[in-house]
Amino acid sequence: MVNRTEIMDHQVIAGQPVAVADLAPMIVARKVNVHYGAKQALFDVDVDVPRNAITAFIGPSGCGKSTFLRCINRMNDTIAICKVSGDITIDGQDIYDPDLDVVELRARVGMVFQKPNPFPKSIYENIAYGPRIHGLTRSKKELDDLVEECLEKAGLLKEVHDRLHEPGTGLSGGQQQRLCIARAIATRPEVILMDEPCSALDPIATAKVEELMEELKSNYTMIIVTHSMQQAARISQRTAFFHLGKLVEFGATRDIFTNPQDKRTQDYITGRFG
Amino acid sequence: MTVNATATPAAAPPLPRLNDPARLRVRYVAEARFRIYGVVALAIALSFLVGLFASIISNGWSAFLQSNYELPVYLDPAEIDPDGKRDTSRFNLADYTAMARNAMAKSLGLPDKLDRATKRDLKGLLSRAVDVQIRDTVVADPDLIGKTVKIDLLAHGNVDSLLKGAIDRSIPEARRQLNDRQLQWIDKLVADGVLHKRFNTGLFTYGASSQPESSGLAVALIGSLFMMATVMVLAVPIGVAAAAYLEEFAPKNFLTDLIEVNINNLAAVPSIVFGLLGLAVFINFAGLPRSASLVGGLVLALMTLPTVIIATRAAIRAVPPSIREAALGVGASKMQTLFHHVLPLAFPGIMTGTIIGLVQALGETAPLLMIGMVAFVVDIPGSVMEPATALPVQIYMWATSAERGFVERTAGATIVLLAFLFVMNAAAVYLRRKFERTW
Repeated sequence: MVNRTEIMDHQVIAGQPVAVADLAPMIVARKVNVHYGAKQALFDVDVDVPRNAITAFIGPSGCGKSTFLRCINRMNDTIAICKVSGDITIDGQDIYDPDLDVVELRARVGMVFQKPNPFPKSIYENIAYGPRIHGLTRSKKELDDLVEECLEKAGLLKEVHDRLHEPGTGLSGGQQQRLCIARAIATRPEVILMDEPCSALDPIATAKVEELMEELKSNYTMIIVTHSMQQAARISQRTAFFHLGKLVEFGATRDIFTNPQDKRTQDYITGRFG
Repeated sequence: MTVNATATPAAAPPLPRLNDPARLRVRYVAEARFRIYGVVALAIALSFLVGLFASIISNGWSAFLQSNYELPVYLDPAEIDPDGKRDTSRFNLADYTAMARNAMAKSLGLPDKLDRATKRDLKGLLSRAVDVQIRDTVVADPDLIGKTVKIDLLAHGNVDSLLKGAIDRSIPEARRQLNDRQLQWIDKLVADGVLHKRFNTGLFTYGASSQPESSGLAVALIGSLFMMATVMVLAVPIGVAAAAYLEEFAPKNFLTDLIEVNINNLAAVPSIVFGLLGLAVFINFAGLPRSASLVGGLVLALMTLPTVIIATRAAIRAVPPSIREAALGVGASKMQTLFHHVLPLAFPGIMTGTIIGLVQALGETAPLLMIGMVAFVVDIPGSVMEPATALPVQIYMWATSAERGFVERTAGATIVLLAFLFVMNAAAVYLRRKFERTW
C-alpha cells in the first residue's frame, strides 16, 4: 500500500517549475529488445524519459513505439509470446526485477489507451475502482473526494457532476477519454502512458485532451504515442522517432522538428514516408 | 469509350453499359427468387413446428382432465375394523372396492343383492386405484368409520376414454371395451352429475401405475428436478472455472490445444456413451445405487460440462480486450480483472449457455436408460439416492403402453416437458436481456 501523505509531498515538490533544458531523467531504458515469437519488434532501444515533461514517440505504423510504451508498465506481460530483454528503470528501480509486483507498478504507471475504454459502470465507479482495489482511501468520504478531485483534474467535473452515477459509456468519445485519464490518475501514478489517446477523437475533443495534458505535465511524467506530428510538436518537450523497431533519433522536440540529424527523421517529418 | 472507338475499327462491339436494363432485370429477378426461397424454407420449417405442436396438444390436452365419481361411500365398520381397535394395519385387509361398488349400485338404484355379472360390470367402471383412495381416506381420519362419506373416486380408464370420445359407441358390443349395460350406467351417472371430468391433479401427484388413470408424473418430475439440481451444482461451477482458466490463465501449448480439441469432441459424443460410462464408473465401480437420480445427475453433468465450458469460453472471449486492458492498466491483478470485469460481462452468455445445457440434459433419455432409470417407480423419491425416473423416460415408458389412456398421457407428459423447456428457454432469453451491457 502506498502512503498517501508521501505522494502528496512528492507532488508538491514535483509541482515546482522546471526548465526544459535540465530535465532530470526519470525513466531510463537501456538496450531494450522485444521479440514477438521469432519476430523482433525492438532493437537495442536506449531512452531517457525526463521527469514532469511530455515525451512523444512518433514513427510510422508498426515501428515499435507502442510496443516500447507497453514495456514501461509491463503490459506486454499479458502477451504470451512477447519476450522483453534489456533494462528499464524508473527512479533507479528496475521494473523487470522478478521481486517487483507488477500490479503495484501498473498503479504507479497509469495508462490511457487508443480507444476510450471506460468500464461499463457508472462514472463514479470507473474512477473509484483503482483506489478501491489498492486500498488508497480509508472512508467513503475520502473516496468521494478523490473521485471529485480526479474529475476536476481531468476537466470533466463541471460536465458530469450531476450524473456521477450514470454509465460512463454514455458520455461522448472525448469525455470518455478524459474519464479514462481521470481513472488513470486516481491511483496517484507518477507516470502516465498514452497510446494514441486522440486518434479516435474529433479536433475539439483532441484540443481539450491536449490542454489537459499540458496542465497535468507539472505533476506527472507523461509519454504519448502519436501519429500526429503536429500534436507531438505542440505538446511535447522531448520527441523520439522510431523506425523499423529502432530508435532513430531522440532529443528536444524543437530540434527534432526543425533540425533533424537523421535523414529518415527528416523524410518522416516532411511527409515523404509514413 | 470514344478513345476506344477511334483506336479500333467500328467492327468492335460497344462496351456493355453500366445500367443495361437486361442485366438489371436479371439481377432483380435473382434477388427476388432468393427471397422467395428463404420465405419458402421458413414456411416449411414453421409448418413442421406448427404441425408438431398441433398434434401433441390435440392428443394431449385431454390428459389434463380426469373423470371422477363423487359417490357417498359407506365405510362399513364390520369390514374395516371388526375388532374396533382402530388398528391401522388392519385397515389394509378390508375390501374397499366392494364398498365403492355398493355405493355406485346404490347411486344407480340397483337392488342390494347383486349377481356376479353385475358386480363385474360395476367393478369395470371403477379404477383399481379406488381401493387405495378409500383406504387413504380412512387411514387419514379413522373417525369416519361407520359413516357415509362423499369421496372422489377415479373412473376406470375405459370410462375416461369414453367420456373423452376415444371409444366409439357404434362398434359392436363384443369388440367394445364397455358393454351396453355399462354404457347405460355411465350415461345415467353423467346425467345425475355423479360422474364428471375435473382437472387431473393426479397427473402431477401419482407415481407409476399399470392403470393409466392412476399413473402420474410425480416420480419423473422429482427425478428430473433432482438431476437438474445435481447438474447445476456440478457442471456450472466446474465448467465456468475450467473455461475461465483455459481462457485467461492457461499457457497456449500442445497440452492445452489437446484439451481444447477433446472438450469440443466430448460435446459431440453420443449421449448413450455417457450412459455406458455412468454404468461402468458410477454403478459398477463406485457402487452407487441403480436408478438413483444422483447417478443420472452425474451422467448428465458429464454430458453438460463440455456445453457449459464451450459457452463460457465463447462468452469470455466476447468480452472486448479493451476492458481487460483498462482493468490491468489501473493495476488490477489478473484475478481481479477476471472477477470484477470479465465474468460479470460474460455472465449473460454463461447463463444462456448453461440453461441451454440444462435444457439438453432435461430432454435426454438415452444415458438414463443405461443406468436403469427406466423403471416402474411407484413411490415418490425423497432423496437423490432413491430410485426415480425422468420426464423423457416416463414419456418413453408410457408410449410403449397400449391403453388409450396411456396414449393420451404420453402426449400430456410431452406437453409438460415442452412447457419446462419453453420456460427455461424463456428464462435464458430474459437473463440475457436483463444483464446484457453495452460498451
